[in-house]
Amino acid sequence: MTLPEAAGLALAFIARVITGAQGHWHGSSPKAEQRIYFANHQSHFDWVLIWAALPHDLRAATRPIAARDYWTKTPFKHWLTREVFNAVYVTRQRGSDGAAADEDPLEPLMEALRHGDSLVIFPEGTRGNAADPAPFKSGLYALAQAFPDVPLVPAWIDNVQRVMPKGEVVPVPILCTVVFGPPIALQPDEERRAFLDRARTAVMALREVA
Amino acid sequence: MGELRALTVSQQVGLLFVVLFGLLGIVSIVGVWRSLRELTPEQTALRERFARDLRALWIAAVVFWVAWVSGPIGSMLLFGFVSFLTLRELVSLTHTRRADHRSLLLAFFVVLPLQYVLVGMRLSNAFTVFIPVYVFFAIPVISALANDPFRFLERTAKIQWGVTVTVYGLSHAPALLLLDLPRYRERGAFLVLFLVVVVVAAQLGEEFATRRLRRRPVARAISRSFSWPTFGAGVAAAAIVGALLDWVTPFDPLAAMAMAAIAGAAAMLGQFVMQALKRDAGVRTSTGDSSVTGAVGLLDRLAPLCFAAPVFFHSVRAYFGI
Repeated sequence: MTLPEAAGLALAFIARVITGAQGHWHGSSPKAEQRIYFANHQSHFDWVLIWAALPHDLRAATRPIAARDYWTKTPFKHWLTREVFNAVYVTRQRGSDGAAADEDPLEPLMEALRHGDSLVIFPEGTRGNAADPAPFKSGLYALAQAFPDVPLVPAWIDNVQRVMPKGEVVPVPILCTVVFGPPIALQPDEERRAFLDRARTAVMALREVA
Repeated sequence: MGELRALTVSQQVGLLFVVLFGLLGIVSIVGVWRSLRELTPEQTALRERFARDLRALWIAAVVFWVAWVSGPIGSMLLFGFVSFLTLRELVSLTHTRRADHRSLLLAFFVVLPLQYVLVGMRLSNAFTVFIPVYVFFAIPVISALANDPFRFLERTAKIQWGVTVTVYGLSHAPALLLLDLPRYRERGAFLVLFLVVVVVAAQLGEEFATRRLRRRPVARAISRSFSWPTFGAGVAAAAIVGALLDWVTPFDPLAAMAMAAIAGAAAMLGQFVMQALKRDAGVRTSTGDSSVTGAVGLLDRLAPLCFAAPVFFHSVRAYFGI
């Protein structure tokens, strides 16, 4: 076993001890196929929770999105995202350091999908702390257009805001669940806003079963 | 019995576990055998419940065995971890606010380990007052420092209560393992066994009486089954089993009976209180798989022990005047 693999197992174990990280599958099943998971976003812990809730053999092919400027800043952060999580790095547009401006920010995601990997995305764009998720950003729509055959699996992450509220560093052990719902697909002539609202509703509908 | 007395204490305890695992093995084999027949849906539901309870018993038996084999340090780590899981479940069920974060960290990462260290070092005087006195004082202070007056008393009370049940209460079970009584050294495992068996007997007696006597529940909004006659039946069952088991304890038969009745009563009332808490938290059934957080049901199984252990522990100490 390599060091990143061991670190991954240790992290998944810690996530389970702290939160239980229970995955519930309603309307979809844990299957080794290419997927885009999309979920509500309330905490830095969200990604680890989804990742730990997935069965072990799906973890390697399921990748998170990481902001390049933040997650490559220190060698440790870079190692963690590159080696352990196999993250897809994106350049934030508002960084505006000139060079990155002409690159399509979704290009790295498209590249990963062409490669056959599954992705986990948080379409709200930023962490929220309201009861309902914020309106979804359009990236999900662009990905659904470019890859119509990849199932889009909604997920609701419950309780995680209690584990680590914004501004705290040590997590409190509280049980959390991740509910994965039935996949949705882009309809032939569905408009962008309508699709994004439907996707958001699909995530929120899972709150009832959580 | 003469040959049994000739064995060393650890041989006797070892024999106890051999008998325990043997019984569980027989019950499991019979259970598997009986499940091969065709069953009505009602029987299937009963069977599933039986299988779940049996699995819990297996786990409990293995936990106690590992606790005994691995000595004080191992049993503290083990029970500490069980306490941790139970407290985690309880905290998930109650509504805490952002400002409780530090108090919860204190409960999980300071109070819990420290309590088990004190138990492991056999400092009975320290671990019996640590949580009721010092933690009782510390938690509201930390909460007040978080600068949020909203429902302050309610929030601190919840945390204190949770710690008292799941850490203080449960830590008395391994404390029994380490209790050195006059003419009864190193035999704590028997006391724990006695406690667990009478608690189970009380619950079985209560369950049996609930099926037979259809009495009016005392508090229908909380429990549809709890009534004074069924409670009495549970206490009686515990007392009888306790009297039958008096030879494993350092008590005379009458005292064993009284201790068993006390422990059984505490366990059933504890279970009842836990039902009230679960109703409040919106958990539908005690064993159902749908719940607010997907809680694993450990709390349900341990609640009787959490309430019975400290009461039993202090009754034993009072009996010996130590």
